[in-house]
Amino acid sequence: MKPDVSSSGPPLVELQGISKRYGDLLANDGIDLAIEPGEIHALLGENGAGKSTLVKILYGVIEPSAGEIRWEGRPVSIGSPVEARNLGLGMVFQHFSLFDELTVAENIAVALSGEWSLSTVRSKLGDISRTYGLALDADRAVWTLSAGERQRIEIVRCLLQNPRLLILDEPTSVLTPQEAEHLFATLDRLSADGCSILYISHKLEEVRRLCRRATILRGGRVVATIDPRAKSAREIAALMVGNEVGEVRTDAPHRVQGEVLRVSRLSIPPAGLHGQALRDIDLVARAGEVVGIAGVAGNGQSELFAALSGERPAERADVVVIAGKPVGTVGIDARRRLGAAFVPEERLGHAAAPTHRLSENTLISHASAEVSRSGFILVNAARRLARSIIQGFDVRTPEGDPQARKLSGGNLQKFVIGREIIRRPKLIIVDQPTWGVDAGAARLIRQALVDLARAGSAVVVVSQDLDELFEVADRMAVIHQGQLSPLKPVSEWTREAIGLEMLGVAQGQGGVHAL
Amino acid sequence: MTTFEAILLTIVTASTPLLIAALGELVTERSGVLNLGVEGMMAMGAACSFAAAVTFDSTLLGVAAGMLAGVLMAALFALVVLGFAANQVGSGLALTIFGLGLSGLVGAPFVGARRDPIAHIDIPVLSDIPVIGRLFFEQDLFVYGSMALTILIALYLTRTRSGLTLRSIGENHTSANALGLPVWRVRFWAILFGGACSGLAGAYLALVYTRFWSPGMTAGRGWIALALVVFAAWRPGWLLVGAYIFGAATVLQLHAQAAQFGVPPQVLSAVPYLATILALLLLSLRRGRAVGAPGSLGVPFVPDR
Repeated sequence: MKPDVSSSGPPLVELQGISKRYGDLLANDGIDLAIEPGEIHALLGENGAGKSTLVKILYGVIEPSAGEIRWEGRPVSIGSPVEARNLGLGMVFQHFSLFDELTVAENIAVALSGEWSLSTVRSKLGDISRTYGLALDADRAVWTLSAGERQRIEIVRCLLQNPRLLILDEPTSVLTPQEAEHLFATLDRLSADGCSILYISHKLEEVRRLCRRATILRGGRVVATIDPRAKSAREIAALMVGNEVGEVRTDAPHRVQGEVLRVSRLSIPPAGLHGQALRDIDLVARAGEVVGIAGVAGNGQSELFAALSGERPAERADVVVIAGKPVGTVGIDARRRLGAAFVPEERLGHAAAPTHRLSENTLISHASAEVSRSGFILVNAARRLARSIIQGFDVRTPEGDPQARKLSGGNLQKFVIGREIIRRPKLIIVDQPTWGVDAGAARLIRQALVDLARAGSAVVVVSQDLDELFEVADRMAVIHQGQLSPLKPVSEWTREAIGLEMLGVAQGQGGVHAL
Repeated sequence: MTTFEAILLTIVTASTPLLIAALGELVTERSGVLNLGVEGMMAMGAACSFAAAVTFDSTLLGVAAGMLAGVLMAALFALVVLGFAANQVGSGLALTIFGLGLSGLVGAPFVGARRDPIAHIDIPVLSDIPVIGRLFFEQDLFVYGSMALTILIALYLTRTRSGLTLRSIGENHTSANALGLPVWRVRFWAILFGGACSGLAGAYLALVYTRFWSPGMTAGRGWIALALVVFAAWRPGWLLVGAYIFGAATVLQLHAQAAQFGVPPQVLSAVPYLATILALLLLSLRRGRAVGAPGSLGVPFVPDR
């Protein structure tokens, strides 16, 4: 740990009155922020608070509408990422800026300014890997690597340029708990070596673990700069969201009844070059319960969702049974007619057609009698239905019946979930229900799913967010490389046990160190 | 010279323009831009090169004019798809239609004119080897040039920093931009390079292959070149193989027509095009999806700024 930063010199970087306007939207509004040398500084805020905009400005990807950046006290203008790197900034992006078909060494070489041959990159990569414990194979193609390994490439890529300030944007969102702990150790080490770190996150626990100072953004403004260890997680959350976040109530009386979904020995070959095969998946969901499926992205979640929804039918009908009927080989609409509902991960383009109005989007899953007859759309019925979803699920829309793409992520997700729940399905399967959604909307969505289960439906939630699953699920399983762990009541799971299952090392010990 | 030798020689002549045009398109596509205007750029290259060669009685000036025409057409395309981020498929189709039409106008005064064959490079001794001698050691500069170009492009893409930058931009332009790679500049040059190659291929058709000009003389070769890039899975080495397979198909169907099998000539003329479709079909069956396609191919690049 570093001693308190109270050096007499100017801060390494100082932002003064940074604003960024997109049309009517003020994404950043007069933001002030200072980062001292060697400090790990957190930038906290909900999705849409303006964190990503701010770091893109700092990294020269977008231009601020107003404001000044000072580097070691000197005003600078950062017009491009190249200029940012020349100053000594390095950035690890949330959605990795990697090239899937290129090798690790090529991915690193392409981002380095100046003349770097692949062989010098290889030897440097070896040095850095050893110093910071970031193991990487230089000649593997990126698409074969796990999310943790991909992130290591991004970090090594930055470190090779000896940065003075490293920016990490939501770095743990794709990592297992063990991978995250490994990352924290690397960051502590870097900070001790004098490198400043700007750590962007909305996860309070890790910020409290890592940082001594945190700047909290809300609605594009700085609301506070605090010591995260001196405040409770609840107080910080209140600052981020602006009001007290209620918890999802799961205590309503409920009775678990008969099976609605039974999956037995479901195996599916991988869909493409980069796909994941499913192997011998067994899963039961009963009326009245929420079943959670945890796992790191890319371990077969989307394949499982496609097999359950019927987007990718299985070879035998009896591997998926919904409401007593074997449906493994039939399509999504036949499954809907049995009372099932599905919400895929991708909101735009999968759950909703971006350029269609919300009323037209109701037709996607309500194709039966209520909104269309003999092939004709019942326009008024569709509008009424859209309106009742909008009202029932607090969807904030810019106009009465907008195109789906005009809605923010959280509002569109509320609409899509509402569209399925309003049908009162016997079974609902939701993939990543609150991915990229603000806290208020996430709470509403989780509550709606829990309420649906308490009213007697079976709910299956596939999610990468462990906090979410612990909040809503009654029973939980972990998916890893296309295999599903046994389904156990949430009370029997610990985070550590889940982390081990996510890594596929639940049986043997010692595998964690192989990270 | 035996008939067999003659057939082999004509295969080389038929394959070279396909190879040159496809190499240019390959570089353009590896940078993430799909230019469906190859046919139009080739037609303009053929018309302008023939017009210049006849007017100034110079093959060299003809070739230069053909390449320049291709580059200008490509610059127009670049303006539309890079400057205005227009749909690449639509713009490319428009470029082909525009090029075919404009080439008719440029070439109209030269219908009926003829050019003499260009010199072949005769490597002494080696060219006297039976069968393969003339095939390998007595070709024109275009043939040797196209081989050299294949190797140079392969080396450029895999061994140079600038080639790595180009591939990265084609793979994922959003990431490339975030890293500060010059997406527009690289794509602009890649498009111009594709145009120069198409123009050169057109010049070869007019000045070497047919030695006259007539409207629509490119006869779909631009489309075959486009298909070849997919067939070769965006690899220059495979492009060479593919170009010669398709060149052979073109020539052999002519000989088959001459030999008067009991097959209508129209069916035989369709063979190279059917082979194109078949090749694409087999490829998609074998691999499930277009493996090797640059990730950002055909997607307009609009950065948020």
